[in-house]
Amino acid sequence: MARKLNEINASSMADISFLLLIFFLVTTSMNVSTGLTRRLPPPLPPDQKPQDIDIKKRNIFVVKINSLNQLLVQGEEMNIRDLKEKAKEFVKNEANDMHLPEKFTKEFETLGVVEYTRDHVISVQNDVDTQYQAYIDVQNELVAAYNELRNELSQLKFGKKFDELNELQQKDVQAVYPQKISEAEPKNYGGSN
Amino acid sequence: MAVIRKGEKRGTPALSTSSLPDIIFMLLFFFMAVTTMKEVTYKVRVSPPSATELQKLENKSLVRYIYVGEPTREFREQFGSATRIQLNDQFADVTEIENFITMERTAMKEEDQNVMTVSIKADKDTKMGIITDIKQALRRAYALKINYQASARQSF
Repeated sequence: MARKLNEINASSMADISFLLLIFFLVTTSMNVSTGLTRRLPPPLPPDQKPQDIDIKKRNIFVVKINSLNQLLVQGEEMNIRDLKEKAKEFVKNEANDMHLPEKFTKEFETLGVVEYTRDHVISVQNDVDTQYQAYIDVQNELVAAYNELRNELSQLKFGKKFDELNELQQKDVQAVYPQKISEAEPKNYGGSN
Repeated sequence: MAVIRKGEKRGTPALSTSSLPDIIFMLLFFFMAVTTMKEVTYKVRVSPPSATELQKLENKSLVRYIYVGEPTREFREQFGSATRIQLNDQFADVTEIENFITMERTAMKEEDQNVMTVSIKADKDTKMGIITDIKQALRRAYALKINYQASARQSF
């Protein structure tokens, strides 16, 4: 006959788990860090002066932010709210405008033949006194422009959003709209003399 | 036939607490899942800028942080109210960043060294001059994957 085992007294279990709970509450924090991810260009060799890479003028989209957080986009003053549309127009160049970037045709595995602006570059230039928030706003709008373009292309070709595509399709859509946001060597632009 | 119990006292029986540990454990696991370890104690005040196109920072162990902002109140007297950089638990100068990154990278596993991300957590009122200096220092240290921390916002 099996002997009845004495039950283990589990009343202190609650205390132990309370202690653990309180420990975790104190040492952890709730917030998830989010942000904009960027890739910096590799450093220049020390003996080399920063040289201007030869980019055709029509392929470059210049956004300047001055010390008063005002924008100068392609030589004209602009509100931050209009920046996204302007950037989209530039990257897409739907009407094959002379003054917007050159278009190239390439066949992609999943997309078929696509015309795209291969060599376009968006250049963000800021002043020393520019506020960080203004800089992030500009970066944010440019990323938003790319995200919208990618979503539009995915919607057109696959009827789905970019996030819902498979890996191969995402890769091709990214190849059509690569994020080309360059951060130039720092220069001092006027307004803070 | 009625049984007369003499030895027992009348009254409500004691509440069973045997399920209490289970409940607490459940709470504990919930908190363990949704929270993260505190990175450092802040010595600078940082209220991050807001943005809409955010990406979550994954693989926390591969991320190193640089904090930029004004010193908090208790350090005001000592360090003034000019924008300062904080690396780990100390105030630092821009020139120390390169060294810091190199040190952190050598402490990492070899296969992780290439995917190290540096997250810049700067106050929204910071001037871009200091951010540009940090970026140049990071370039020199070959820490090219960077992340500007920002909080979510709906739109304008």
